Amino acid sequence: MDNEPAFFETNGPGTGGIVGQPLDRVDGFAKVTGQAKYSAEYKLPGLTYGVLRTSEIARGKIQSIDTSVAAKEPGVLAILTHLNLPKLAKTPNDPDSKKAIGAPMGFLPLTSDQVHYAGQPVALVVADTYDRAVHAASLVKVNYAVEKPVVSFLDPKAQVFDPEKVQDGKTPGHTRRGNPQEAFAASPIQLTATYEHAINHHNPMEPGATTAVWEGPDRVTVYESTQGVTRTQKALSAMLGLPTEQVRVVTKYLGGGFGCKGSTWPHTILTVQAAKAVGRPVRLSLTRPQQFTSMGHREDQHQTLKLGATREGRLTALIHEKTSTTSPWDNYAEPNSRIINLLYNCPAFESTYQLGRANVMTSTFTRAPGEAPGSFAIECSMDDLAAQLGIDPLQIRLLNYADKDPTNGKPWSSKSLKQCYARGAELFGWSKRNPKNGATRQGRYLMGMGMATASYPVHNNQGTARIRLYADGHALVQTGATDLGTGTYTVMTQVAADSLGIAPDKVRFELGDTRLPTAPNSGGSVAAGTVSSSIYMAAQDVWQKLTKLAIQDKKSPLYRAKAADVVAEKGRLVLKTDKTKGEDFMALMKRADMPDIEGSGQGKYGAGYETGRAPGPADSGHEDDKGGHSMHSFGVHFCEVRVDPEVGTVRVTRWVSVHGAGRILNAKTARSQIIGGSIFGIGNALMEETFRDPNLARYTNASLGEYHIPVNADIPDMTVEFIDEHDPYINAMGVKGIGEISMVGVAAAVANAVFHATGKRIRSLPITPDKVMNSLAV
Amino acid sequence: MNNFSYTPAATAKEALGLRKDTKEAAFIAGGTTLLDLMKANVEAHPQLIDINQLPFKGIQETADGLRIGALERMSDVGENALVMQQYPVIAEALLLSASPQLRNMASIGGNLLQRTRCGYFRDPAFPCNKRNPGSGCPAQVGDNRNLAILGTSEACIATNPGDLAVALVALDAVVVLENAKGKQRRVPLLDFHLLPGTTPQRETILEPDELIVAVTVPAAAHARKSHYVKVRDRASYAFALVSAAVGLEVQGGQIRSARLALGGVGTKPWRALEAEKMLVGRAATEETFRTAAAAAVRGAQPREHNRFKVEMAQKTLVQALQELMAS
Ligand SMILES: Cc1cc2nc3c(=O)[nH]c(=O)nc-3n(C[C@H](O)[C@H](O)[C@H](O)COP(=O)(O)OP(=O)(O)OC[C@H]3O[C@@H](n4cnc5c(N)ncnc54)[C@H](O)[C@@H]3O)c2cc1C
Ligand code: SF4
Repeated sequence: MDNEPAFFETNGPGTGGIVGQPLDRVDGFAKVTGQAKYSAEYKLPGLTYGVLRTSEIARGKIQSIDTSVAAKEPGVLAILTHLNLPKLAKTPNDPDSKKAIGAPMGFLPLTSDQVHYAGQPVALVVADTYDRAVHAASLVKVNYAVEKPVVSFLDPKAQVFDPEKVQDGKTPGHTRRGNPQEAFAASPIQLTATYEHAINHHNPMEPGATTAVWEGPDRVTVYESTQGVTRTQKALSAMLGLPTEQVRVVTKYLGGGFGCKGSTWPHTILTVQAAKAVGRPVRLSLTRPQQFTSMGHREDQHQTLKLGATREGRLTALIHEKTSTTSPWDNYAEPNSRIINLLYNCPAFESTYQLGRANVMTSTFTRAPGEAPGSFAIECSMDDLAAQLGIDPLQIRLLNYADKDPTNGKPWSSKSLKQCYARGAELFGWSKRNPKNGATRQGRYLMGMGMATASYPVHNNQGTARIRLYADGHALVQTGATDLGTGTYTVMTQVAADSLGIAPDKVRFELGDTRLPTAPNSGGSVAAGTVSSSIYMAAQDVWQKLTKLAIQDKKSPLYRAKAADVVAEKGRLVLKTDKTKGEDFMALMKRADMPDIEGSGQGKYGAGYETGRAPGPADSGHEDDKGGHSMHSFGVHFCEVRVDPEVGTVRVTRWVSVHGAGRILNAKTARSQIIGGSIFGIGNALMEETFRDPNLARYTNASLGEYHIPVNADIPDMTVEFIDEHDPYINAMGVKGIGEISMVGVAAAVANAVFHATGKRIRSLPITPDKVMNSLAV
Repeated sequence: MNNFSYTPAATAKEALGLRKDTKEAAFIAGGTTLLDLMKANVEAHPQLIDINQLPFKGIQETADGLRIGALERMSDVGENALVMQQYPVIAEALLLSASPQLRNMASIGGNLLQRTRCGYFRDPAFPCNKRNPGSGCPAQVGDNRNLAILGTSEACIATNPGDLAVALVALDAVVVLENAKGKQRRVPLLDFHLLPGTTPQRETILEPDELIVAVTVPAAAHARKSHYVKVRDRASYAFALVSAAVGLEVQGGQIRSARLALGGVGTKPWRALEAEKMLVGRAATEETFRTAAAAAVRGAQPREHNRFKVEMAQKTLVQALQELMAS
């Protein structure tokens, strides 16, 4: 259904008084009472249980695999290995097919005897109970011809190369703007610094999980823990060689994703094949250790940033190099350079990516992929520049403020960063900051204040929604979006209620099913903007139809009015000029003997309906609208830390985040998003690190006992505010999305606060007590 | 995890009898160590003997000190008024351990028998001399940030990870054991845990047919004035990078008796006897504390990633003593 003329303006987005309210989560009750069904909780008739047996070694060949003992265990129904996996129409092993599938990893386990990484599935055991499957999986005997693995890009054995493109072809391996080398050489101030990042894992509360049921010989339903049912459907139908309509993917609830559920990983298709093999539904849920080797991670990486500036502190050149570990097949690297290129006004920029192949699985998007580590580099270096020149860190950022997008000279669709800085500084008490580093004591502790800028692009996307409005006053609103647990159910209910002029409890909102209209992946912070816009547009479609009905209905007060003179307000159609004249939709529909009416709408990027789209700058990874706007959200984090100068422990004691991210759909869930993202970033800054054994290339702390994420005691009260921002260009609802900007700059804000507290700069994440203690000893 | 049978025992005699019948059977108290290791296929037991009904309970003041039943829960002991007032280092060590949920389940006996957090030990895909004698010790040149610097051997450098045992070993605690014949023996906690040497798989002197009945702690001035400090990667719910248990008896600024032990650095709960000697008879000054702390880590053999512990342990010990003096 085409919505082009939807400029037909019946009511403005978010004018119903419901959007923006701190509505409690509509799915809260279902979740706390256990009624919300996650993908591994469907009790289907004849359900069986799949358990993966994964490889102990990181590199080698399977010489033999003996399933005979395991197969004799009671309840065992099938054991899939590379010798008997039911054949697939396509596998990602072939680069062309990989593209068609949209798989993140160019290798599917159980398709060959090669072992490429520790934790690679080598068998899948299906049994009638979970415990029997677990036990049988442990009885599968695998003999390997073991080879010495390559551990990381730092391993002398690693093949390090300059990729033409990284991130699955989305980002060029080399970008240049102006004359960076010359500009840097000529700069009176030159800073060169190298930043190190540990491997990070997403670790959503809910691990990856699949329940697959074949409804017929060529028709399958998959309950999947995914951030996007449509993308999963596409991947599965390509691999199975089935038309998309014959593959249904359902995700009603998701226990977090953070990017690792943004694409289709091997365990999903293997479960689907297992269900085919046993002819019964199969449920497979990754264990926590398996989670560390099944759905990607944030790669280990080094970044070197050269920053040239004038003596006054104006940037003259930025040269960024990143080297990171990738898998034997894929050229994945987070696009760190994007934010470094964009954040400040700088005439010359260059970025280069290098990759080292190692025996690891492919890394993948992890909350704010590229922006998070990229901002760590640029925001620490900006802080260094400020310190070197004796300028306040906030001032140095204002001095280099980018009034236009420096990558392409385009105006911003909106940018409230100056207001964010000002409000944040006020809330935080930035003016009280001691200009001297290492000079603020509180008892035995050193105190420090740091800040960093955040930014995240509004990515190109679109999606569709459908509304059925009933004459009794309620509505069914549907779209195939997913709710990561962040509040999509709630905010979309609000948007529907707001644009239909009915109470939120009159809205039944459904998502997470490929049978519903297509919505984008919930990733790249696109869901809120795109899905809300599609619902708003669908409501406009409904109003348009109702207006047509009203002006042709002799009994309507609006009979013979011009459609353009009619506006919808709080569920009523009224005359713009005389709002007492009109009627509510229920009266209209009942009179017309119309039990319900349907509308559908498309939410587009770049307010798409406006001027269409044009390619953006080469390395921006997104497209700008033809109106010539660059679309990003901006914000700032302020952080206070308390450092123990003896043993080096760092505690965050105060936190202020202020963001300008377009329209905020729900004050409460938005605040929670920013808090969650900031805590995610504090984990990245202070403790998250997966350790890969330097000889065996296997993780040594693949559990939540040993892989530390923040606990409540690590987190202070957090202050979060938003700047009121109206952006008419980004999409119909003017929503930019906040899932990822919340974590951008966080690690730098913490590191800068540590620098302020101690006078020592730590460029290696995470900033653990030993690093701080050692830095203070010299 | 393997299949196993589960049998509750009503008496020590019954529990030990069952243990004798089934080699490789295990006693289960809170299960917070045991079940984790079974799920990870690090331990496999054909039978679990539930000892929670055994009468190893009570937190009592005795003629010469404190007696804690082996089946008392960590939370109950940590929040016990007698323990908090007369043996603060024990209460503090307990309440800085694990999480409230775990402390509500975990028993004192089980706590003393918890096993190392060495990542190689806990993942059967790795070689590990402790789990699979003779297979090697990848931690020596691998992920050893959390491992020990004292009492290590070429075979194993695993840390004893517990907090309670550090506090108890500082206060000369004694473990009361009982065997199948109903015979009891009392072993100083100092001698209860073993150094890895060439047999890291053997961690304590506990015999297969023995149960821990209780732990006793002598009353003393240095127990009343005692303190525990734990340094970790996050503010709560993490094992110690290093920890220090200290107790002092000070009169007129002079140290009459001292008790020092370190956690997170030793292959067993690490009592610093030499360092204690350096405190006794001296003035309770920072200078003295530093000298003692240096003695406490003498002979440390750090590896690549745990070098920092040598310094951190000393600083933590000094901090604990200073805080104790200031309290
Ligand atoms: C995530 C996590 C974090 C933790 N953090 C900490 C921490 O910070 N500090 C800390 O000190 N500890 C910590 N622990 C360890 C915890 O304290 C121990 O798991 C617990 O104390 C063990 O007690 P239990 O009763 O559960 O033992 P169980 O698991 O029941 O038993 C452990 C072992 O002891 C044997 N056993 C138990 N009781 C007896 C007895 N009376 N006689 C003979 N044998 C017996 C069992 O057979 C078994 O081999 C942590 C544990 C976890 C899982
Ligand atoms: S340190 Fe001990 S427990 Fe760890 S791998 Fe070596 S032998 Fe095993």
